[in-house]
Order: sequence, then C-alpha cells, then structure tokens
Amino acid sequence: MEAIVHHLSPLLNEITGFIYPNEIELHWSLLIVLYPYITGLVAGAFILASLVKVFNVRELQPVYRLSLLTALSFMLVATLPLLAHLGRPERAFEILMTPNVTSAMAMFGFVYAWYLMAVLLLEIWFDYRRDLILWADQAKGLKRALYRVLSLFSRDVSEKALDFDNRAERVITVLGIPSAFLLHGYVGFIFGSVKANPWWSSVLMPIVFLFSAIVSGIALVLLIYMIVTPLRKQSIDMFCLEKLAAFLLYAMIVDFSLEILDFIHRVYESEESIHILAELVKGKLFISLVVVQVLVGMVIPLLTISGMRMFKAADELKKLAYFVSALLVQVGIFSTRWNVVIGGQLFSKSFRGLTVYKMSFLGIEGLLTGILILVLPLLILSTLLKVLPPWKESHNSL
Amino acid sequence: MERPNRIKAARPAVERRHFLKTALMAALGFASPVLSRTKDTMKRMQAWIAGTDYDPSEHYYGMAVDVDKCIGCGSCAAACKTENGVPEEPFFFKTWVERYRIFEDGSSEVDSPEGAVNGFRRITEDGRSPIRNFFVPKLCNHCDNPPCVQVCPVGATYKTPDGVVLMDREYCIGCRYCIQACPYGARYLDPVNKTADKCTFCYHRVVKGLEPACVENCPTEARIFGEVKKKASPLMRFRRMNKISVLKPALNTEPKVYYANLDMEVR
Repeated sequence: MEAIVHHLSPLLNEITGFIYPNEIELHWSLLIVLYPYITGLVAGAFILASLVKVFNVRELQPVYRLSLLTALSFMLVATLPLLAHLGRPERAFEILMTPNVTSAMAMFGFVYAWYLMAVLLLEIWFDYRRDLILWADQAKGLKRALYRVLSLFSRDVSEKALDFDNRAERVITVLGIPSAFLLHGYVGFIFGSVKANPWWSSVLMPIVFLFSAIVSGIALVLLIYMIVTPLRKQSIDMFCLEKLAAFLLYAMIVDFSLEILDFIHRVYESEESIHILAELVKGKLFISLVVVQVLVGMVIPLLTISGMRMFKAADELKKLAYFVSALLVQVGIFSTRWNVVIGGQLFSKSFRGLTVYKMSFLGIEGLLTGILILVLPLLILSTLLKVLPPWKESHNSL
Repeated sequence: MERPNRIKAARPAVERRHFLKTALMAALGFASPVLSRTKDTMKRMQAWIAGTDYDPSEHYYGMAVDVDKCIGCGSCAAACKTENGVPEEPFFFKTWVERYRIFEDGSSEVDSPEGAVNGFRRITEDGRSPIRNFFVPKLCNHCDNPPCVQVCPVGATYKTPDGVVLMDREYCIGCRYCIQACPYGARYLDPVNKTADKCTFCYHRVVKGLEPACVENCPTEARIFGEVKKKASPLMRFRRMNKISVLKPALNTEPKVYYANLDMEVR
C-alpha cells in the first residue's frame, strides 16, 4: 500500500487538464508492451520460415531453421510478461479452466497452446526428425539419450518416411500461416476491440499489428543471422541476405502504408477524441512516436534499404546498411508497441487531460524485469542452436 | 448347443461393461449428496447474504442523479469510502464528484480534488467568472451492456439478476482488462488484494431494503436509487418528470445511472 501511494503521489502534480480520479494509476505497464512485441517477433519469424516451405523462396533456405528456432525461443517466454503482470498470478490457470467465452483475452491460452503445440513444435519436430535420429546414432551417452527422446524414439529414415516428413511439414506450414496471423492479429484485437479507448479502438489494429509483426520478425532473423554467421566463422550468404532485406522492405512498405492510412483516417474523421489525441501526439508521444517510431524506425531504414537495392552498392556496404536498418527497425517496432500500449493510457477517457507513466527500475514491473524477459529468449535460442544446429553443414554431414 | 458357449466367450466384455456401469452409478451415487449439498450451501449462502425473503428476480436497480441539486459537498464520496472500506488515498474511488466551470469563450475547466471527499474549495484566484457552474456526481453506471463484464477473461465480474454489476474478488486474476474497458473510469485495482474493484450500489445494504450509502448521505437528495422497471418507484417517477441523459450513449453501454439536467460538456 505504501509503495503504491509513494509511487502515485508525485504523479498528481504532473497531470495536465482533468483525468478521472481513478485514472492516475497506469495499469498496463512495460510488461504489457513486451507482450505484443514478443508475440510479434514469433509470428514474423514463422511467416519468414513459411516463405521457404510454402512459397518456395529457395534463397531463404539458410535461415529456414534459424527462423523456426527463433520463433520457438520467443514463444516460450511470451507468457512470462503476462503472468508477471497479473495481480494474482496464482489464479492464472482460471483463464484456461473457466474461460469467459465473451472475453477476447480468455482465448489467449487456446491460441497460444494451438500455435505452440500444433504448429511450431510439430513443424520443428518433422523438420529435425531425420537429423535427430542420425545424431543419436553418432552420439554417445547422455547426448544420445537426449536425441533419442527428442526424436520421440522414432528410427525410420527410409525414403518413404522422409517423404512423409516433408509432406507433413508442408501441411503444418500451410496451417501455420493463418495460425501465425491468428496469433498476432488476435493480440491486435485485444486492443482494437476496446471501444472505451479511441486510441486503440480501430478495425485496422489487428492488421497493423500483423504487418508490424512480420517486419519485426524478418528484421530479427536478419540480425541473428548476421551476428551468428561470423561467430561460426562462416561467410554470409549474400543471396539470402538480399532476399531477407527485400522481404523486410516489402513488409515495411505495407506496414507503413497501413499506419499512414490509420493516421489519415483518424484526422479526416476528426471525432470527439481528436483534440486530446492530437495533444498527446504533439506532446508526450512526440519523441517515441514521431521521432523514434516513424523517423528512426521506419523512414530511415526504408530509405536506406531501398537505396542499397536501387544503387547496387558493394556487398560490405550493403551488409552494414542492412544490419543497421534491421536494428533501427527493432527499435521502431518496440516503440510502436510502446506507443500503442502506453500511449493509449496516457490520456483520460474524459478526453480532458493527460497523465504520466513513470517506469521503475526494480520491482516486478520494472525495467530490469523487462530486460531479463527480453534476454531470456536469446539465451534459449543460443542453447537451441547448440542442441539443434540449424546449419546446412550439420544437416549435410550425415 | 452353441448359444451358451458364445455367451461364455463374450463374458469378459459383458463383465467389463457391467463393471463400468456399476462404477459410474456408484460414483454418481457417492457424488449426489455432495452435489445436492453444494446446491444447498449455495442457497444458504444466498439467504445468509441477502436475507431469506429477498428474491433478486423481483428487482432491477438503477440510480438517478439530478445535476441541479448537487451542491458539491462530497458527502456521498466520503460516505462511500467509509461504508465500503475503499482505501483513503486519493487514487481509489467508487464514487466521486466533478466540478465544471464553463467560460464565455467556450473553454471549460473540470476538477475533482481528492474525488471531492472533502468537498470543493471556492476558486477566486484565477479571476475568471464562468457562465455555467455545476457539480456532477459520478459512479459505476451499472450498464445493461457492460463492457467490463464482456472482457473479463475468467468471468470474475458479472451482472446480477437484479441488474447490478459486481466483482468477485476471490476469483479476479488482476489482469485489469475491465479497467481498460470501462469508458467511465469507474474501476480501480484494490492496492491490497490486487484485484479489480468498483461500486456495488452498496449491494449488501440494498438486499436488506436499505439505500446505498451515497444516496442516504446526500443532503439535497440529488441521488435517487430504486427500481428501474416498477411503475410506482421513485426512480420511475423521476424519469417521468425529467428529461434524462446518460453518459457516453454512443458507446451503447446502456447505463442505468440516469442524469437529469446534464450539460453537454460532461463526459
């Protein structure tokens, strides 16, 4: 009690205009910013992988498994920020046991479970099955046991079985694309369906979420590929990198167009809430929205990538440019999530005033927890890369 | 004789089926007192909370507020905090009063210092004289189409048969989606229990035939509580005698707090 009073009291002096007295506490904090950010990365990375399997984009083969493992690593921590944010985390399972069918949020457990179990894990298992069997045959002791368990004790590496793996994978990926759309479109719906909040309430929200997810996922896999490959003392496959940059560019163009459409639509309709939203964008969100999200996270990388492609720059310059662009895109998409989640709570539903968000460093909802939650999937990924090497060599050497 | 043989051969299956049937019946048999006991307990609980002669299906509650009668004393907000054990700190309110000052140039100023639990201080220092001046009491609107109930992932907030939106603090997981979904800012997170909380229309009083604390403590009878659907109720009379508005009607939440003499500036 004292902690919350200590936290909220100074905020009273920073309110501009009038807010409802209960609105001083900002309820969805940094952790809820991380939730759509992380699920976006999952959906984006998976859709990138599906480009290889379903749309036969051969150039992207080197990052196919990498993007699946990336999606899995982030998927495994996607529930953490939600759980940590609950007032009563010990009751979290009630969402699965006694879901309220009219609640968009109640569907999360099912969407999550479907995506993790029926799509990601199955696809990865079918893709790795042959390798797991062969690795188990080569390894000894504990490692052998591990691969045996991971392969679920299957032994069949006949032509027919491998053919089945391939077909199964295709079917799962075809199912996986709408599932990935569902996963992240659904997260957008959680916000987009709140009619009380004009900043969120938009039918475009799930679609904007989806395309920003694809953007962030491709950028993340590009970054990981460019970091891990030199660490493995291998050279970066330029065809692959070019394709990654190309798809990143296409997704960014769609994403940016949708965001502009949303902006124009709001300004043109000019509803009751437009004055307070304008005040918000010109004031408290100016840096994070106009500067970071639009300029640094979208316009600059958009121009850089298209410039590199137009003027046929040298490989080394391209690598640098793509790397920096992907990094900026990550920052941009993170601030997109920030601007939706935090921005949507900075104005009063009386449309008469603005409030503030003060992030703490320590504590369950603090910056430190946020950083840990973002580092954790990278640790999981580095472990997965060791246990299930996604590289061509480890596949071919057998 | 083939028949007995066949029966003999099929016997294990029959036995198994028979066993399963008996087991199921036995399980149901054992469970039935428990089931009926839970039902009884529920009834007893209901009777204990509500008093045996209270039948929720006979009631449907709402509230009316006559804006012209409110003097901004804040007795309602203070009484609510006391009656319902709402934390005293000025960040948690089940009801509060807003003051509106509207000026000649069309601008307006609204405030609600500490939810008006201590009333308002006269403003003279800004030297502006408003053309309209009034107070508006606010509380949960106990919507007929409540967005908070729609979004609650576990059904911890619900509409009672007598039309009151309540919270189950033993069930709430503290996700705060309901707080986001409420267009009126009527909900807060209980800082101790870490679950959502809100106005109950003083349900514990209402079921005993008493009025909500805010209504009982209003010195000018600006708040009227009662039956929405009964012709003879004071609330119905109020709605007959006045032009009525609700807050944010465009959101289709169908509020059951009815305002008379509400200004267009109030949101």
